[in-house]
Amino acid sequence: MTPLLQIDDVSIQFGDFKAINHVSTTVGDHEIRFFIGPNGAGKTTILDAICGKNHVSSGRIIYKGEYEVSKMKEHVISNLGIGRKFQAPSVFNGITIGENMELAAARKHTLYSTTFHTLSKAKQEYIDYCLEFVGLIDKRFKYPTRLSHGEKQWLEIGMLMAARPELMLLDEPVAGMGRRETEKTAELLKKIKKECSIIVVEHDMQFAKEVSDSVTVFHEGHILDEGTMDSVSKNQTVIDVYLGRGGEK
Amino acid sequence: MEKKKWRPDVTIVLALVIFLFLATTPFYLSMFRVSLLGKYMCYAIVALGLDMIWGYTGILSLGHGVYFGLGAYCMAMYLKLEASGSSLPDFMTWSGVSELPLFWKPFGNPVFAMVMVIGVPVILAVIIGYLTFLNRIRGVYFSILSQAMAMILSVLLIGSQEYTGGSNGLTNFTTIFGKSLSSPSTKLALYYATLIALILIFCVCRFLISRRIGKIFIAIRDSENRVRFTGYNTAVYKVFVYGLSAAIAGIAGALYVSQVGIITPADVNITPSVEMIIWVAIGGKGTLAGPMLGALLVNGLKTAASENFPELWSYFLGFVFIFVILFMPGGLVSLRELPGRIARKFSSKKAEEDELNDAFIADR
Repeated sequence: MTPLLQIDDVSIQFGDFKAINHVSTTVGDHEIRFFIGPNGAGKTTILDAICGKNHVSSGRIIYKGEYEVSKMKEHVISNLGIGRKFQAPSVFNGITIGENMELAAARKHTLYSTTFHTLSKAKQEYIDYCLEFVGLIDKRFKYPTRLSHGEKQWLEIGMLMAARPELMLLDEPVAGMGRRETEKTAELLKKIKKECSIIVVEHDMQFAKEVSDSVTVFHEGHILDEGTMDSVSKNQTVIDVYLGRGGEK
Repeated sequence: MEKKKWRPDVTIVLALVIFLFLATTPFYLSMFRVSLLGKYMCYAIVALGLDMIWGYTGILSLGHGVYFGLGAYCMAMYLKLEASGSSLPDFMTWSGVSELPLFWKPFGNPVFAMVMVIGVPVILAVIIGYLTFLNRIRGVYFSILSQAMAMILSVLLIGSQEYTGGSNGLTNFTTIFGKSLSSPSTKLALYYATLIALILIFCVCRFLISRRIGKIFIAIRDSENRVRFTGYNTAVYKVFVYGLSAAIAGIAGALYVSQVGIITPADVNITPSVEMIIWVAIGGKGTLAGPMLGALLVNGLKTAASENFPELWSYFLGFVFIFVILFMPGGLVSLRELPGRIARKFSSKKAEEDELNDAFIADR
């Protein structure tokens, strides 16, 4: 069976600096994969490469066994079903929460359809379902400027859901959240997992332990170890370079 | 589930008041004043197009005089040929041209000229837009580029005297569609044609903004990258809105030259292009009605000031601009939040006021 995402011997270079050095891994269906590792290990860089923000210097990223996303433009990749959430919450403040969701949920992106078509009833209901899911249904006519930091993160996750991706890329979804909000996000992710695969970059180890199916540990641009959270946390090198420092919890 | 609260939209009311005012002026103002208003209306049309691209989509074009000018020149070529009849346009004879240049010939046909009024600006805008937006040139770099275009066009127009009339521009028109341009009935007809164009263009813009495409424009303004990662090819939307605003400016230019009777390279240069931006800023960008009001008021004020204080009027205008930018960053339209602010001072229902404020911030 072909994996959903296959990262095949990828290197990414910025000038002389090798941010990613011959990295290979695969992500399967309905898997929650965590990318962990110290700052500057290249976790976000590889996420950026998957969604088209960075160009790979060598190697390939294959999606669903047939699309070489490392050669595609952002909007094409997104339309293939790869959704991305950035570290800082970036929602559209000039339009209401409901309209934010509509933009994300619409599948036809031509000038004609965005001018003359309205979303189908099924789409509208799915948007309601997603808003309900992230707990923002009562605020759909409000503007995102009124939301708390955590609520903005959820809105963004809701927007990702509305787009029905098959692979979700989340960059530090719980950064800046309190314990309760983090727990709620963990619940959200477990529910979303039924519909798609998720790659999460995160420093919060407790969160990773709770949610992850498997983790990949990055260090200085290459992969240190890969496996379940339990197995990698027993790896002595991983403990030395990352977990043992304890400072980045 | 909470239903959307109905709130009277101040900008729609403002637009209706403006349209009503403009429709009735011929009944109580002198023909001279009405003609001036006709000219301001053309500016208001340009302001609508600029609001679409700058106010909503966040692309600052400092060269919209180009599209205004191209529309105006296309129309002026037709008017000029009609005025010259079977002989060569006067400025061509002076420059020693003996035969009508090939590209002038089809402009004798009014239908062709009117198609070109929209066609030429749109084609140029799509080419420029395609090259810049696809290569992700944006922000201040795009503004500089657009400004350079205004400069280039005016230099080109001045330089090719024998084809364009040089710095004197195109003037001395007599008739339009066979009707005398100086007769009051033609002037009135042109005035109302301009008003209808203004209303129609307002409705089109309003329609677009209310649809999903309008939300995408706003989203591009807020965070273009995020729109891209949501799966939209933002370059297409930017080229579209740029072309749209160019078409609107072209129409405005054609209506302008028909009413004012002259178009010169000075009208397409940087200064008028920047002035257009000032109208939008003073009126309140991202509201459609605001920029219309801005264009009408600023130009009205300019005329009033230049009539009464011929030496000081430009200072006066500068002062108004600085005042608005400093104290009303949202433009004149932001005066609508004043009742809310006053009410908040006296009321304890803070939540409701917050919501009002909210809507205001978001509308910008």
